[in-house]
Amino acid sequence: MFTKKNKQKKFTLVRKRVPFLFILPWIIGFIVFTLGPLAFSLIMSLFDWPIAGEAKFIGFDNFIKMFTADPQFYDSLSITLKFALIFVPLNLLVALVLALLITQPIKGIKIFRTIFYLPAVVSGVAVSIIWGWMFNSEYGVLNYILSLLGIEGPNWLIDPKWAIVTIVIASAWGVGTMMLIFYTDIKGIPNEMYEAAAIDGAGPIRQFISITIPTITPTILFNVITSVIAALQQLTLVLLLTGGGPLKSTYFYGLFVYNNAFKHHELGYASANAWFMFIIILLLTMLIFKSSSAWVFYEAEVKKEKKEKKGGKRK
Amino acid sequence: MKMTRKYKFIMYSILVLFSLYFLFPFIWALITALKSEMEVFSFPPKFIPDIPLFSNFMDAWNSQPFGTYFKNSMIVTVLTTIGQLISCSLVAYGFARYEFKYKNLLFMLLLSTMMIPWDVTMIPLYMEFNMFGWINTLKPLIVPAFFGSAYNIFLLRQFLMNIPKDLENAARIDGANEFQIFYKIFLPIMKAPLTLIAVLNIILVWNDYLGPLIYLNDQSKYTMALGLASFQGVHELQIIPIMAMTLVMIIPPVIVFAFAQKYIVEGISGSIK
Repeated sequence: MFTKKNKQKKFTLVRKRVPFLFILPWIIGFIVFTLGPLAFSLIMSLFDWPIAGEAKFIGFDNFIKMFTADPQFYDSLSITLKFALIFVPLNLLVALVLALLITQPIKGIKIFRTIFYLPAVVSGVAVSIIWGWMFNSEYGVLNYILSLLGIEGPNWLIDPKWAIVTIVIASAWGVGTMMLIFYTDIKGIPNEMYEAAAIDGAGPIRQFISITIPTITPTILFNVITSVIAALQQLTLVLLLTGGGPLKSTYFYGLFVYNNAFKHHELGYASANAWFMFIIILLLTMLIFKSSSAWVFYEAEVKKEKKEKKGGKRK
Repeated sequence: MKMTRKYKFIMYSILVLFSLYFLFPFIWALITALKSEMEVFSFPPKFIPDIPLFSNFMDAWNSQPFGTYFKNSMIVTVLTTIGQLISCSLVAYGFARYEFKYKNLLFMLLLSTMMIPWDVTMIPLYMEFNMFGWINTLKPLIVPAFFGSAYNIFLLRQFLMNIPKDLENAARIDGANEFQIFYKIFLPIMKAPLTLIAVLNIILVWNDYLGPLIYLNDQSKYTMALGLASFQGVHELQIIPIMAMTLVMIIPPVIVFAFAQKYIVEGISGSIK
């Protein structure tokens, strides 16, 4: 009797430990590569921390400097926000249009799907080299094609007004991932819904507005959040395509932080910059989520609840 | 629905127009890579080189240690993929198939790490790897993969949640231990989502530029992305070899994508549901 009980106890103890053994790799990685560095970077933001020599505690001076004494901070922030404001809606619109196109039941549509997605698997390094050459104002093929159409192309990468546009065009090249997310969602809408609407006399545009859009609002929400976060952190393209120039017109926030850390070696200041962006991203994400109850379609919520209930049963 | 000719014509026109934007830069890169020096800098630009110089590719490959870069990229890509497959399947299994204390809290933590901007942890991570003596080695690019990544774990967990509980209970009655259940029963049925995360990881790691940029100093340690970027920085006017190597660099992810297109198209939708 006693041994049996003991065995049972041992068994439940093992059962209790087992799940932690499975998730142990992530717990270690989380502490060593995420939580530790995150906390340390917050501490560093309160120090004057040169790359060599003694770090000095300076309280909130880095933040005060950032907000009151560094015009580049505001410039970089506003350029980045401007980029996000152009890039996010444009990217969403293009992704949605492409997704609608590739759901059309016409011959060869899969080939187009592959073509539209292809640039999304290409490295930012290759993207910037290829587009840099397309945009080249002397030998670039883009301005040549424009000249054939009777348009005089701008000095894309040399003109401060146009440099940000080149970044938008080059980064929109990778819209394929978002397109696929919309695509699978739109394809999942049952055909009967459209048929019923057609019987009621709704045309294609009416069907799109009353059926497609409301059904995919949760996906739109997901895409808005991920692309806002991506836009605010854009770095590879500005490093390689424009280097932040001309005249710092593409000196994005990511580049600002990167240069403060690895070029000017102000590690404490760069940490303060990075934390500021982290908080902005958190607030924006929360804001978008909060607003979602107003425009994300209710039925998705019903579905979700059902799913969760199902999940609960399995437990 | 009836398809009129006019409708079809308009559809194909729009599709072709968009295709130009997505495809033409690749074609132009290939045309450039095959041109002679004279042709590249002629105006108006030539759309078909007189004699396509395929030797440009060999010349470009040999002008820099691209063989070494390629090998380094391969090492990092293969090892991180192995690391992700092992760690993510274990962790996702733990989260999906067991009940334990603080499970929901831990899972929320896991999801929230996806929102942390890269530059917040960039500096401390650099210092940490420096302390380990890992700077200018491939280790900072490889080792973290063995501790999982939030997005991959999330993907696998979503898949595992949909499998009925009877499966492991039956195996337990038969006397299998917990690890055997994972290894012998669950791992084989995870083939599709594991393929997806392998493909996503290969594309991500092969293309990564910022990681190598920060952690590697010596040319002998460079990956393709970093080697190509530094090549471009130094030889801005040598557009022919740069284009040739750019095309070489994008071949591996394109091949992987071609073979795994099905998994990507299906998998991406699963990730948000």
